[in-house]
Amino acid sequence: MREEIIMAGFGGQGIMFAGTLLAHAAMEEGLNVTYFPSYGAEMRGGTANCTVIISDENIGSPVVTNPSALLAMNESSLEKFSSKVKKDGLIIVNSSLLKKEIKINDVEILKIPATELAEKLGDNKVANMVILGAYINRSKVVSLERTMDSLKKVLGEGRKNLLKLNREALKKGEENR
Amino acid sequence: MENRILMQGNHAVGEGGLQGGCQAYFGYPITPQNELTQYMAKRMVEERKVFIQAESELAAINMVFGASLVGARAMTTSSSPGISLKQEGISYMVGCELPGVIVNIQRGGPGLGNIAGAQGDYFQATRGGGHGDYYLIVLAPDSVQEMYDLTREAFDLADKYRNPVIVLADGILGQMLEPVKIVKKNPMSNFSAKKDWILDGCKGRKPRMVRSLLMGEGVLEEHNLKLGKKYERMRKSEVRVETDNLEDAEVALVGYGISARICKEAMEIARQKGIKVGLVRPITLWPFPEKVIAENVDRLKAFLVIEMSLGQMVEDVRLATNGKCPVYFYGRTGGGIPEVDVIVERIEKILK
Amino acid sequence: MKKIFSRPESLTAKRNIYCSGCGHGIVHRLIAEVIDELGIREKTIGVAPVGCAVFAYDYWNFDVTEAAHGRPPAVATGIKRVLPDRVVFTYQGDGDLAAIGTAETVHAANRGENITIIFVNNGVYGMTGGQMAPTTLIAQKTTTTPLGRDPKIAGYPIKISEALGQLEGSVYIERVTVNSPKNTIKAKRAIKKAFQNQIQNKGFSLVEVLSMCPIAWGVNPVEALKWIEQKMIPVFPLGVIKDKDLTAKGNL
Repeated sequence: MREEIIMAGFGGQGIMFAGTLLAHAAMEEGLNVTYFPSYGAEMRGGTANCTVIISDENIGSPVVTNPSALLAMNESSLEKFSSKVKKDGLIIVNSSLLKKEIKINDVEILKIPATELAEKLGDNKVANMVILGAYINRSKVVSLERTMDSLKKVLGEGRKNLLKLNREALKKGEENR
Repeated sequence: MENRILMQGNHAVGEGGLQGGCQAYFGYPITPQNELTQYMAKRMVEERKVFIQAESELAAINMVFGASLVGARAMTTSSSPGISLKQEGISYMVGCELPGVIVNIQRGGPGLGNIAGAQGDYFQATRGGGHGDYYLIVLAPDSVQEMYDLTREAFDLADKYRNPVIVLADGILGQMLEPVKIVKKNPMSNFSAKKDWILDGCKGRKPRMVRSLLMGEGVLEEHNLKLGKKYERMRKSEVRVETDNLEDAEVALVGYGISARICKEAMEIARQKGIKVGLVRPITLWPFPEKVIAENVDRLKAFLVIEMSLGQMVEDVRLATNGKCPVYFYGRTGGGIPEVDVIVERIEKILK
Repeated sequence: MKKIFSRPESLTAKRNIYCSGCGHGIVHRLIAEVIDELGIREKTIGVAPVGCAVFAYDYWNFDVTEAAHGRPPAVATGIKRVLPDRVVFTYQGDGDLAAIGTAETVHAANRGENITIIFVNNGVYGMTGGQMAPTTLIAQKTTTTPLGRDPKIAGYPIKISEALGQLEGSVYIERVTVNSPKNTIKAKRAIKKAFQNQIQNKGFSLVEVLSMCPIAWGVNPVEALKWIEQKMIPVFPLGVIKDKDLTAKGNL
């Protein structure tokens, strides 16, 4: 088993947080995992992306050119990375922020209106959790329960108040595949 | 999996330093190691130890010099351009026989280069780096776990030899998160350096001096010969290397740090294809594990060296083979990352 | 018979290598006397510079370290932060402190490091052969300003002590000289205060000492004393530049 996930969007969409959460849950599942963020000047343009690799074998470089899954939180991220997704790979896109029709051959595309669903829960900032929930359901690489546990640890004491909303959003995404 | 925590490489260096007994940290901001200085700003203060954001890398290494000469375990960290600035202080520390730990989270160069991970500072690290005639132990982690472990151990090695130790990592290792098992005990904790050379005020003893200026006829040569014996002891005792699948291998990949991880992946893919590939991963870049290379020159058809540079460590591999086995090279530079597929292709081409 | 004059305990018996008429020997002795009088010899750590005083560790009878050219304030910072109860001072020339080490000097002052700096200003690089220093006077001839220092090419003599006085972190800065017995007594008083400030945890103190370099100035030792009076003091006036004790009382 080996999953290579690129998660991308613009700054403030919680890309890094969602990636860290997925990596944490994978660690708790006893798997090998690496998380690698975009950083420095690259981030100043307002876009953010990170790469998570989960495997039951050793992981080489934490950076991948051709991921097996793309979680795109906005249209520009989809444009930037969609052509790089492996054959028979998976793209989950936040359709709330998508204006164009998309068609990419040999890739499964899942459209989730993550921002709308998040707004219904009370805060569009948890759209990242909706997308991650959908990915967890689809890939089964980690369990929802494990991710819920990890959420508590990654948020920590300081952001404990956000736990409930984030959990709801994860669950919503998991149901809305 | 017991007690694993998800940790960033830069943070792991900081925590490793603390567990290694770091009493004073001096840093200056530079990407991609900023999280490390920020981490120490918080943790050193929590532990009631010394933290200063210096006015420059030059000042930072000279603060390490000062802290070390009064007996503290001291550390500074930076990335390639900043490490160039530190070379002055490193050379003085060697001359004055002062221990200390310097961590280089390498980025692309020359010049300002870029902020991607790179391995262009191998020559600088393994050939001393500054002016003069000297060597340092250079440790090359290939995982966040080793970022933690090797930084922690670096303090013991520095004290053991009264010589600075370099931890040579790169931006990828610095930025990535990976599970880490926190082992607090120092593997060399039995080793306790009696620092009977420090300056702490001459109460009850004769005054001491710390210096590298030795102008008398033959005095510097004598001093350097003494240091030379130290380097010999390091060569004898401190070589660390990981090998895999060398027994039946036809080609051995040689890589360090993040390149070694890519080599491991390539080796697994090649093996699945039935190609007999082995691995040599130097953990100490100096002293270089030349013995394991020399021992395998007759058995192997070739070495293939993988680096994130135009080819630096490849020279040490060639020296170790002494012309008795072909050495090939595949590298990417300026922040490029060697590709697994290309490595496998190169191996196939070599064996054709 | 009562002994009324002897070598301070803080000086070694080693004969120094300074030229006839050089001010370094006097300043070394003043520091040694002050350290003896304050009873701090066994808890003092000195930082020697690169320059003529590079061998200072041979002449002082307490712990002394070398530092790279210009870096003594950074080295002293490392020492003092680890051992705050020791007395730490640097001894630096004009090239060391005000050219190659300007950044280290300014930032040690700005952090308010509780250290003492003795800054010996003789307007030239003595050890390397009389080249222009940052404090070389306008029109002064040196081996790298053979026609005299031309500010259009080489800038102006830097008044680093005044500049340091502007920083919030500095506590006490005074300029003195050792060209006469009277001035030497005043210099000793300033050096003593700079050490006392540290002992009392007051913070960054610096004493600039205008000092003779007859060889590089091309004059004899007696003329060098007058050179200070006539040429240097008009550019680098003596006196207290900053003293937070006095400003607190409204006296400065």
